[in-house]
Amino acid sequence: MKAHLTRRYLFSASHRLHSDAMSAEENRATYGKCNNPYGHGHNYRLEVTVSGPVDHRTGMVCNLVDLDGFVEREVLSRYDLENLNTLQEFAKNVPTTENLCVEIFEILQRGFRQAHLERVRIEETMMNSFEYSGAAAPLK
Amino acid sequence: MVYLTRKAEFSASHYYHNPDFTPEENRRIFGKCNNPNGHGHNYTLEVTVKGEVDPRSGFVVDLKQLKEVMHREVLDAMDHRFLNKEVPEFLTRIPTTENLAIAIWQRLESKLEQAKLHRIRVYETPDLFVDFYGESSEG
Repeated sequence: MKAHLTRRYLFSASHRLHSDAMSAEENRATYGKCNNPYGHGHNYRLEVTVSGPVDHRTGMVCNLVDLDGFVEREVLSRYDLENLNTLQEFAKNVPTTENLCVEIFEILQRGFRQAHLERVRIEETMMNSFEYSGAAAPLK
Repeated sequence: MVYLTRKAEFSASHYYHNPDFTPEENRRIFGKCNNPNGHGHNYTLEVTVKGEVDPRSGFVVDLKQLKEVMHREVLDAMDHRFLNKEVPEFLTRIPTTENLAIAIWQRLESKLEQAKLHRIRVYETPDLFVDFYGESSEG
């Protein structure tokens, strides 16, 4: 029987929203305070949802130790207490939370094999959250 | 179609152990959750039902009835209990959050009169929850 399991994590990082494809005025008009050249930070809440049949021997979709270990090693240690703009994946891509969602989804999809990845959701603040379920998948 | 969600909280203890595994396998797979004396959680249950809005009452479901069914079928059986020893499903199944969501679905599905059960969500902690959409769902 298939179940969905969701785990929440916390990381803190800074970013500045700025696109080289836009003029200074366009950047200010588009990103407002987020375009401040010195950047600013957030406490991001990351939700990872995986699914699969519940293993009748363990009662689990996947072992949480494996999921936590993967997320810690491949996601949290990469982004926690960093300036996102300094990272290679955001050298050309604006580190909006939309783009961050897609990056984290792809990291998990490439490397996490113990269950099917359903969705990555990130709360940038209590007021803003973003979800990505892969290029082809409609949101549930 | 309108979806309605009712929350409830219950507190229970459990431990993870499969008698088919060796003691070493049990410790390796389940870690600290294998402690036979158990440990506890404050669980939050979310029951989501779906249906058309009744034109006379404006309800998808009578919330009072839903609350009563949740109390009778789930909370009376599980709140302040040791799941492995006191809840029949878990004499043979490991009381993981996954199996808890499935067991709660099975307890409620046939007892709902008006609306159809859509989702069971069980939070073991604020940072870990399981969703179950039914035995036939590809959800």
